[in-house]
Amino acid sequence: MGRYIVRRLMQGVLVIFGVTVFVFVITRLVGDPVKFMLPLSATEEERAARRAALGLDDPILTQFIRFLGDLLRLDLGESTFVRGQPALGVVFDYLPRTLQLVAIGIILAVACSIPLGVIASRHPGKAVDRLLTTASLIGLSVPQFFLGYVLVIGFTVRLPWFQTGNGPWHTNLVLPAVCMALPAIGRLSMVVRSAMIDELNAQYVKVARAKGLSQRRILGVHALRNAGIPYVTLLGWEVIRALAGYTVVVESVFNWPGLGFMAKKAINEQDFFLIQAIVFVVAVMVVVINIAVDIAYKVLDPRVKLS
Amino acid sequence: MTAPDGYTAQHREEEQALDAEENLQGRPFELSAVQRGGLFGDLVRDKLGLLSAVFLVVLILAAVFAPLIAPADPNQGDLGRVMYSPVWNGGTWAHPLGTDWQGYDVLSRLLFGARTSLIVGVLVVVLAGTFGVLVGLVAGYRGGRTDRWLMGWVDVQVSFPGLLLAMLLIALVGGSVASVSIILAINGWMVYARMTRGVVLSVRERPFVEAAEMVGATPSRVIFKHVLPNLFTPLATLVVLEFARIILAEAALSFLGLGIQYPGVSWGLDIARAGDHELFGNQWLIIYPGLLLTLTVLAVNLLSSWLRVALDPLEREKRFAAAVTGKSDSGAAL
Amino acid sequence: MSATEAHVPLLEVDHLEVQFFTRRGVVQAVRRVTLSIEKGETLGVVGESGSGKSVMAQTLLGLTELPGRITGGDVRWKGQSLVHDAESTLARVRGREIAMIFQDPMTSLNPLLSVGQQIIEVLRRHLGMNRQQARTRAIELLDLVGIANPTARVDQYPHEMSGGMRQRVLIAMALSCEPELLVADEPTTALDVTIQAQILELVADLQQRLGLAVMLITHDLGVVAGLCDRVAVMYSGKLVELASADELFANPAHPYAAGLLRSTPRLDLVTERLVSIDGAPPDLVAPPPGCPFAARCSLATDECVAEMPGLHSLEGGRKVACWRPFEAGQPGGRS
Repeated sequence: MGRYIVRRLMQGVLVIFGVTVFVFVITRLVGDPVKFMLPLSATEEERAARRAALGLDDPILTQFIRFLGDLLRLDLGESTFVRGQPALGVVFDYLPRTLQLVAIGIILAVACSIPLGVIASRHPGKAVDRLLTTASLIGLSVPQFFLGYVLVIGFTVRLPWFQTGNGPWHTNLVLPAVCMALPAIGRLSMVVRSAMIDELNAQYVKVARAKGLSQRRILGVHALRNAGIPYVTLLGWEVIRALAGYTVVVESVFNWPGLGFMAKKAINEQDFFLIQAIVFVVAVMVVVINIAVDIAYKVLDPRVKLS
Repeated sequence: MTAPDGYTAQHREEEQALDAEENLQGRPFELSAVQRGGLFGDLVRDKLGLLSAVFLVVLILAAVFAPLIAPADPNQGDLGRVMYSPVWNGGTWAHPLGTDWQGYDVLSRLLFGARTSLIVGVLVVVLAGTFGVLVGLVAGYRGGRTDRWLMGWVDVQVSFPGLLLAMLLIALVGGSVASVSIILAINGWMVYARMTRGVVLSVRERPFVEAAEMVGATPSRVIFKHVLPNLFTPLATLVVLEFARIILAEAALSFLGLGIQYPGVSWGLDIARAGDHELFGNQWLIIYPGLLLTLTVLAVNLLSSWLRVALDPLEREKRFAAAVTGKSDSGAAL
Repeated sequence: MSATEAHVPLLEVDHLEVQFFTRRGVVQAVRRVTLSIEKGETLGVVGESGSGKSVMAQTLLGLTELPGRITGGDVRWKGQSLVHDAESTLARVRGREIAMIFQDPMTSLNPLLSVGQQIIEVLRRHLGMNRQQARTRAIELLDLVGIANPTARVDQYPHEMSGGMRQRVLIAMALSCEPELLVADEPTTALDVTIQAQILELVADLQQRLGLAVMLITHDLGVVAGLCDRVAVMYSGKLVELASADELFANPAHPYAAGLLRSTPRLDLVTERLVSIDGAPPDLVAPPPGCPFAARCSLATDECVAEMPGLHSLEGGRKVACWRPFEAGQPGGRS
C-alpha cells in the first residue's frame, strides 16, 4: 500500500506542477503582472522599474527556473492585492473558512442523499420514486448562484431567519452550506438510486433472499456496500468540484470570506502571485482527495489491488 | 382507477390488441405493431419528457428568432424608461416584461440570453466532443505508448481546477461567445476521450476481433465498423448531459463577471447585475433569468433521462412489466 | 390419489402457472405444472432452456420477480401454501427448511464480504448463534463440503476461490441450517466437467448422510442418471413425463424424453451419428392449442396438433402427457 501511495503522490506532483506551470506561462505571456501593482497614476518608468525589480524583463526561461526554485522553497511571491503579504500566507488565512463551508456542505449532502436514494430505489417507477427523482433533477439543475439568491431572498430578506457574511455558524453558515449541498444531493441521490437498483437486481441479492435474510440486512449490508463504490467516486468528484470551483460562486453570493471569494478578487485585480498561490493550493487539495478516494476503494472492495 | 405510472394509456391499447389477437388461434403476434412510432411514440407517452422537449423547441425558436421578436435592443438602455412594470402590472406592450434600472428591456435580454446559452452550449459540445472523441479513438485504437501518453494527459488535465483556470483565462483574454466557448471546450473534452476510448477497448475485447486476428485479418476495419454503432448511445447521453453542464458553467462564469461580458448578453450576467442592484428591490429581475436557466437545464436533464431509458431496451421492458402487473391483480384463481 | 396416500408430501406443486408480462406479449412460462417430492427423495427436473424449469424452481421460495408473476395454482410445503398469503411461511422456510443453490457461483456470492461472513449471517439469522459459535460451525460446514484448510478459507473472499470451490461454499451455505429440501438449479452448468462430477458426488453424498430431499434442475440427462430417484421432464412450460429414473432411462414414454435420450452421446453403444431433435420449441407468447411438442414429433397426428394431452397416470405413479406414449422406440444405436 505504501508503494502505491508514493506512486500516486508522484503523479500528483506532476499534476500540481502542470497546473502551476500552466498558470505561470499564461500570466507571464498574456498578462502584465505589474499592471495593478502600482496605482494607476504611476508613470511608465515606474512600471518599468518595478518590472525590472521583479525580474520580469529576463527571458522567460530564466524566469521559469527562478520560479521553480522559489516554488521548491514554497515562496510564491507576494500578493499585490493584500499589500506585501506573502501570497501563500494569504491563502492559508482564507482557506479555513472555505473548508468549513465545504465540510458542512458535504456532510449534509451525504446525510441526505443516501436515505433519499435508497428510498427511491425500493419502488422504481412508483410515485415516491418519481417524486424524489424529479426533486433531485430540479436540485441539480438549479444554478448554484441563483439558488443562493433564492435562499437569501427567501430566508434573509423575506423571513429574517439567517444572515450572510462572516458570522456565527448557526446563522451564517446554514444558507451557504445548503446552497453548496443541494445540487450535490441531487446528483448523489441519483447515483445511489441507480446503483441500488442495479445491486438489487444482482444474483447475489437473489441468493441472499433465498437464504432468508431480512430486507434490512440485504439493503444495508449487501446492496449498499456494493453501491458504495460508484458513490465514493462521485462523492470525491463532488468535493473536488466544490473546492476547486464552486466555492467561488457560493462565497460571492453570500459574502463568505473564503478562498473562493479571494480567488475572484485576485483574478479581477490580476494579482498573479496570489492567483498562482491559490491554484497551487487547490491543486494540492485535489491530488490529496483523489488519493483518499483510491484508498477508500481499497477499504470497500477487497478485489482492488493497488500495487 | 389511476395507475401510479404514465403507461396506463399504453397498457389499455395493448390489452385491446391482445384481446383482438387472441381470437386468431395459434398465430404468434407482434405487439410492436400496436406501438405506433416506436421511439417517438414513447416520448409522447412520457409526459415529462414531452414537456421538456416542447419547452426546448420553443426556447430554440425564441433564441433563433430573437432579433426579430425582441421588443428592443438588449444593449440599449433607455434611461427615460427606467423600472417599468410588466404588462400585467400596468406596463406597456412595448416592454412586455418591463425594464430594469438601466432602462434595458427585460424580455429582450432574456431572449438574447437564451441565444447565448444555446450557442455556447452547441459550440462547446461540438468542439470538445470532436476533439475528445478523436483523442479517445486514437488512444483506444493504437494502444501502447500512444494510449498511455494520451490518457496520462487526460488524467492530468482532469485534475486541473477547471473553473478557476477558466476564470483566469477569460480575465486575460476577455469574454465573448467565442472565447468562452473555446475555453470551456478546453476544459471539457476529457470526458469524451475517456468514454470513447472505453468503447473502443470494449469492442477490441470481443471474440470476433480475436477471431479476425487469428485468421490474419487486420482488426482495424472490423473494429471501426463496430465502434461507431456502439458509440452512439453513450455519446448521445453524454452530449445531452454535457450540454446541460455547459449552460450552467457559462452562466456561472458570466455571473462572476468572468464569462460573457458586455456587449454580450447572458442570463448569468443579468442575475449578477440584478443581484447587486435589486436584491432588496425588484427581486423579479433576479428571478426571471434564474428561472429560465433552471427550466432550461431541467428540460435538458429530463430529456437525457428519457433518452437513457428509451435507448436501453432492458429498462423499457422493466418499466412496462412494472406498469402492467401493477395494474392487473394477481388473482390466482384457476 | 389412492386411499393409502392420505399423507401430505413434503413439497407439492399444484397446477402452477407463471406468466411473464413483456412488451411482446404475455409469456406462458409455466403452464399448470403438477409434481411433488417426498421426504428424502431426489427428483430431477429436466428440460431445455425455456422449458420453465428454473422459473418453477424460483416460485418455491417466492423469488419470482417482475416481469414474471404467479398467475395460477399453488405451491405447498408440508401442506402450507408458499404462494398465497405466504409472507410468514416464506420467512420461516427460506434458507432454513428449503435451501436453494443457483447456476452461477461467480455472481451468487457478494464480492465484498468474506465467504465465512456469508455463511455466518445465515446461521445467526435462523439459528440465533453468536459470532463465535457461527464461525466454528461455518468452518465445520466448509470441511463438510470438502474444502481443504477451512480455517484459512473461511476468511477469504469469493474472488480468491475457484468456481468449483465457490459452488461448494454455496452448498455449505445452503446446508448450514440443515434444510429438508435442497433445490439445485443447474448447479454444475457453469463448471468444468471434472468439477461437475465432484460437485454431483458431493451432493449425492450429503443427500445420503443428511437425508435431504433434493430437487435437481438440469438440462443434462447425464447429471440426472447417477443421482435421482425420479425424473420430471418439462417441455415448453408443461410437465410431459414423470417417472422413476430407471423407468425413464430404460423405457421413455414421451417422444421428447425418448428424443433426449437418443441425442445424448453414450459410451456403451456405438452410434453412427448423433441424433438431434429437429425444430425449435414453440413461441411461449402464443403457444399452440395442442401438444407443444407436436411440431417436432415424428409421431404427431391431427389429434396431437389440435388437442392438448392431459397428464395421464400410468401404473406405479408414472405420468405422461402424450396421446401416443411408448411408441417412440428405444434409445437407439447398435451395441
